[in-house]
Amino acid sequence: MGDKVLIEARDITKIYQMGDMQVHALRGATLEVRLGELVAIMGPSGSGKSTLMNILGCLDQPSSGEYFLEGVEIDQLDDNQLAQIRGRKIGFVFQTFNLLSRTTALSNVELPLVYSGMGGRQRRKRAMDALDAVGLADRVHHRPNELSGGQQQRVAIARALINEPSIILADEPTGNLDSKSGAEIMAIFQHLNEVRGITIIFVTHEPEIAQHTRRIVSLADGRIVDDRPVREPRIAGERAYGVRVRDIVNRKAASEQVE
Amino acid sequence: MQILESVRIALRALTANKMRSILTMLGIVIGVGAVIALLSVGHGFEQYITEQFEGLGSNLLFVISGQLESGGPGSARASRQRFQPLTMGDAEALADPFQISDVVAVAPEFQRSGRVVRGKVDMSTSISGVTPEYESVRNFRPVLGEFIAAEHVNGRSRVAVIGDTVAEELFDEFEYPIGQTIKLNDVPFKVIGVLEEKGGGGGFGDADNLVMIPISTAQTRLFSAGAVRGELVISIVFIQVVSQEKMGDVADRITEVLRERHRISFKDDDDFTVVNQADLIQVFGQFTAVFTTVLGAIAGISLLVGGIGIMNIMLVSVTERTREIGIRKAVGAKRSDILLQFLIEAMVLSMIGGFVGITLGYGASTLLSGVLELQTVVTAGAILLATSFSAAVGLFFGIYPATRAARLNPIDALRYE
Ligand SMILES: Nc1ncnc2c1ncn2[C@@H]1O[C@H](COP(=O)(O)OP(=O)(O)OP(=O)(O)O)[C@@H](O)[C@H]1O
Ligand SMILES: [Mg+2]
Repeated sequence: MGDKVLIEARDITKIYQMGDMQVHALRGATLEVRLGELVAIMGPSGSGKSTLMNILGCLDQPSSGEYFLEGVEIDQLDDNQLAQIRGRKIGFVFQTFNLLSRTTALSNVELPLVYSGMGGRQRRKRAMDALDAVGLADRVHHRPNELSGGQQQRVAIARALINEPSIILADEPTGNLDSKSGAEIMAIFQHLNEVRGITIIFVTHEPEIAQHTRRIVSLADGRIVDDRPVREPRIAGERAYGVRVRDIVNRKAASEQVE
Repeated sequence: MQILESVRIALRALTANKMRSILTMLGIVIGVGAVIALLSVGHGFEQYITEQFEGLGSNLLFVISGQLESGGPGSARASRQRFQPLTMGDAEALADPFQISDVVAVAPEFQRSGRVVRGKVDMSTSISGVTPEYESVRNFRPVLGEFIAAEHVNGRSRVAVIGDTVAEELFDEFEYPIGQTIKLNDVPFKVIGVLEEKGGGGGFGDADNLVMIPISTAQTRLFSAGAVRGELVISIVFIQVVSQEKMGDVADRITEVLRERHRISFKDDDDFTVVNQADLIQVFGQFTAVFTTVLGAIAGISLLVGGIGIMNIMLVSVTERTREIGIRKAVGAKRSDILLQFLIEAMVLSMIGGFVGITLGYGASTLLSGVLELQTVVTAGAILLATSFSAAVGLFFGIYPATRAARLNPIDALRYE
């Protein structure tokens, strides 16, 4: 972890054309995120949080503004290069999970590796490890509809992790989950951030959840209106959410040290 | 990404959505199967008709008395004129190389229906008085014994060559027909030959239910043929021409020779008709082509129905597939990865569907063959037409939404509804 700038977004705007009407989803957002940060993005509904995340995740393009990811200007990339960035540098977690509904957790997690060209056996092993890291080693052959919402989101996180991305972007990852499942997700994020040093940015509506980070960025009406550090981040699982999550984190930490 | 991996992804996507895959394939199976089965009937019919005419003999012209168009000898026009039947003399004139060149052989025939009796068996048959030329001109080959020879005609012998049906009715399996005696209209004849089976029949009646005897015997001993200017009357003359190209010329010469012999003045119509085998084949060919086209149109409708089925399934699954494409793109799939996956999916579907369809079409064709008593013919063209059409429909309606979705931003694809 250092001072290296991972994300540099300057004056990003996004305008949706709806017939005659123009919707200004982003009106010049500027954001800098350094390697190893854990950031929460908050703001009222319709303030442009998802729009910003999609642009940061290279899933969408801004109408204007500059966006550098690890020093690479995203605007200059072609379709194939963008696909490669999405596959290798970014792990995206959606509020609605977005898993392939008819394939197993394992196949879902493997998917990014398929497109980055890894061989079948190695792929399977990596996917197993990733599922284990999110506490789903016993659910690898379940399909999404055979899993709870929290479990599905953990599959999605395992998928986001699989290519060892420099950054995980999550748009309301706990939005569809109860508080217990939400805490599990937070525990995983904190672990990934602290132990593996993965930069994580996620959107949330809940101040409680946001308190698990070191930095909260607030959006309103397409602009960043507030950006402040969290003085005393909460540790997921230690106080409010029981012990199970801690187990996961500890176990992973232990296994990592063995490696 | 390698092709192999794309194939694996496509196969996995297909097996993950078994119902959709099966329904799509069903459309292809129906389309391909229907076209193959129906066209096989059409082609079988065409081939049957052609075989019937080729069975007559090749490069054949035949002359009958009267005018086909004006309703034959009994019609008002024919009877107003001095109507003359064809005679042995006419046949001899047509065979004269000094009068008409390019003729291979001329075979007159005197034909009546009659009864053939042996022991208790009594059946009605067609009795043809013929000359030795008839064998080659009309393509009748004896499988047993021999054909009518010149000395039989000269001697007005009571000998007969019988058709396959007659042989089967009159003799049982273990009897040797040659040398046996049969009665034609109560007159005893010695069997000297049995003809090879012509088969078919259909619209022309049983082509094997006939007895051939020397033409002279038929005209004088069995029936009494009338005479014109001392020449015995005949029913029909077959003329075999050297080649297809000469048919027209020879037909014209025949008309000239016969008009002269029948003393028809220039203002009167012919009192005979020269029929060209090729014309007949062409006329029937047109008919059968229409028949095949109608069947083809029905098959085309089936293809269309199958195609619409494919289209439906493909379009219905577009929403789901667009989201799938969005997910795949979000985790790093390139446009080409997506297209390759869909291309392979469509190809696998149409190949398996096409194969099942061909098999089913073959089966249906064989079944129809038995039901219709017609040798159906499955042509490579029909297979090609059916499979390529179905594959094209599957490909288009599979690839088109995929191409569109692959071009979208991942986020737009994910939001697609
Ligand atoms: N595809 C779109 N077409 C048109 N307008 C859009 C589209 N997506 C978002 N918007 C508009 O852009 C604005 C910002 O939307 P965005 O989804 O970024 O908000 P948000 O902060 O994520 O809200 P929420 O908290 O409800 O998820 C909204 O006014 C929304 O109506
Ligand atoms: Mg949102």
